[in-house]
Amino acid sequence: MSELAPTVHPIEPEARLVLELAELIVGALNLELPASQIDPDARLYGEGLGLDSIDILEIALVVSKQYGVQLRADDAENAQTFRSLRHLAEYIAAHRTK
Amino acid sequence: MPLFSHPVPEAVVAYRAGVAIPAAQFLADVEQLADAFPPGRHVINVCADRYRFMVGFAASVRSGRVSLLPPTHTPEVVRHLAAFAPDVFCLTDGDCDIELPRMRYPDFAARPEGPACPWRVPEIAADSVVAYVFTSGSTGIPMPHRKTWGRLARCVLDGAARLGLDRPHAVLATVPPQHMYGFESSVLLPMLSGGRVCAEHPFYPADICALLEATARPRALVTTPIHLRALLASQRDVPQADLIISATAPLAQELAHESEVRFQARLLEIYGSTETGQLATRRTAGELEWRLWPHVRLALEDGRAWVRGGHLEQPTALCDEVEPTDAGHFRLQGRLADLVNIAGKRSSLAYLTHQLFSIEGVLDGAFFFPGESTADAFGVTRVAAAVVAPTLDAARIVEELRRRIDPVFLPRPLIMLERLPRNSTGKLPRQALQALLSGPHLRRA
Repeated sequence: MSELAPTVHPIEPEARLVLELAELIVGALNLELPASQIDPDARLYGEGLGLDSIDILEIALVVSKQYGVQLRADDAENAQTFRSLRHLAEYIAAHRTK
Repeated sequence: MPLFSHPVPEAVVAYRAGVAIPAAQFLADVEQLADAFPPGRHVINVCADRYRFMVGFAASVRSGRVSLLPPTHTPEVVRHLAAFAPDVFCLTDGDCDIELPRMRYPDFAARPEGPACPWRVPEIAADSVVAYVFTSGSTGIPMPHRKTWGRLARCVLDGAARLGLDRPHAVLATVPPQHMYGFESSVLLPMLSGGRVCAEHPFYPADICALLEATARPRALVTTPIHLRALLASQRDVPQADLIISATAPLAQELAHESEVRFQARLLEIYGSTETGQLATRRTAGELEWRLWPHVRLALEDGRAWVRGGHLEQPTALCDEVEPTDAGHFRLQGRLADLVNIAGKRSSLAYLTHQLFSIEGVLDGAFFFPGESTADAFGVTRVAAAVVAPTLDAARIVEELRRRIDPVFLPRPLIMLERLPRNSTGKLPRQALQALLSGPHLRRA
């Protein structure tokens, strides 16, 4: 029963955004794992979640549609600017228009 | 033949952050870098900045060196390149984890003010070998394709006329300069047609739009169907272009049409390959047939399409099924069964499976196409793999594959099995493999 007890602390807004983003990404990329299993601090690119640049472009697209945020990087080499889900969530929280 | 075609020292060869770089500076940078190179005669140029890549390539040509352009820089490929050319070194302008002797792109800002380098554009013999471009090969050893200066230049100049680029354009590209398409369209083309190279390599749609907007006209965008789709879907306004060039994967007619309307520019698609260089173009919004480069001829022989003439050194078989419609045109029917093309990176199921077998502990395995229905939002279909390796877990296999093959070919999904569904002759029917995808074994790589 204790597992079903209501959480004492409400989910922080950032944690909610992280989970929401994880769900968006899992949906957009057809990842075969539950969103809740994505480690918010794992690297999105290369080792870690194993995404590549095509995936990152897809993420940029869903993020622009969902939050009105345009991802930016000064160069393709630095497109890994958003190294983790948490980092991406922080950026979106600061720039979202939707 | 001249190393580049800009007629006067003041002609602009490149822009970086909107600042024009004149031909005189380009020539001085080339001469200084050529003098600073270590003794090795082979160069892997991984400079991310397109202007520095161009200086590195031109300095290599100038000093009689040969550039090696591999399809990827995995440790396995690098090992083969070092065996191919033991004196090879890597020219880099950023972080580089390639395990070869490295040369850092010099800081030319520190150049002492001396007498200006005399304006004399180097002449390069047409038969000089200036590059080997590699395909992944079918046995695990990258296959070199020799490129001479004369033939590379002829291909690009024959193409410039077809693309309407005899009038110099600024070229902004979303593809790296190290692969054949980017090498030809974003480096050689501006170098040899008096054009201007944008040093940046933008990735996100917003960055591409901002840079295109800031580039002086006439301006051309060298890109791919994946970037075009992302651009049009995520940007409300896109800047006007004067020409859009797309290659690496077939472009849907609808996307071509929408691109023309929104960028207010012609969109020309290019057909080519690493072996042959660029061969044909079409205005995809209104044309189905591809128009060959002048002097290139196409013929079917023994069921394969062969091209010869023009810039081609020897008759070369294409990796696609094509149907010639007249002397100068053809239709593309599809790729040969075994070939994989993901975002312009090419491999074959046989090659990928060979790499899988080279992992210690893998007893059986196969790469296969999961079927078109698994294409993602950009229309990209990945490859799947089934593996029998009782002593290894999926993460370990992916880690080993990552050392051997380009990440776009990593299997999605990777299915771990006790045995493969081989039939009585030992073959793996495609249907049986695809059935695995709906099975209970699913594990994402």
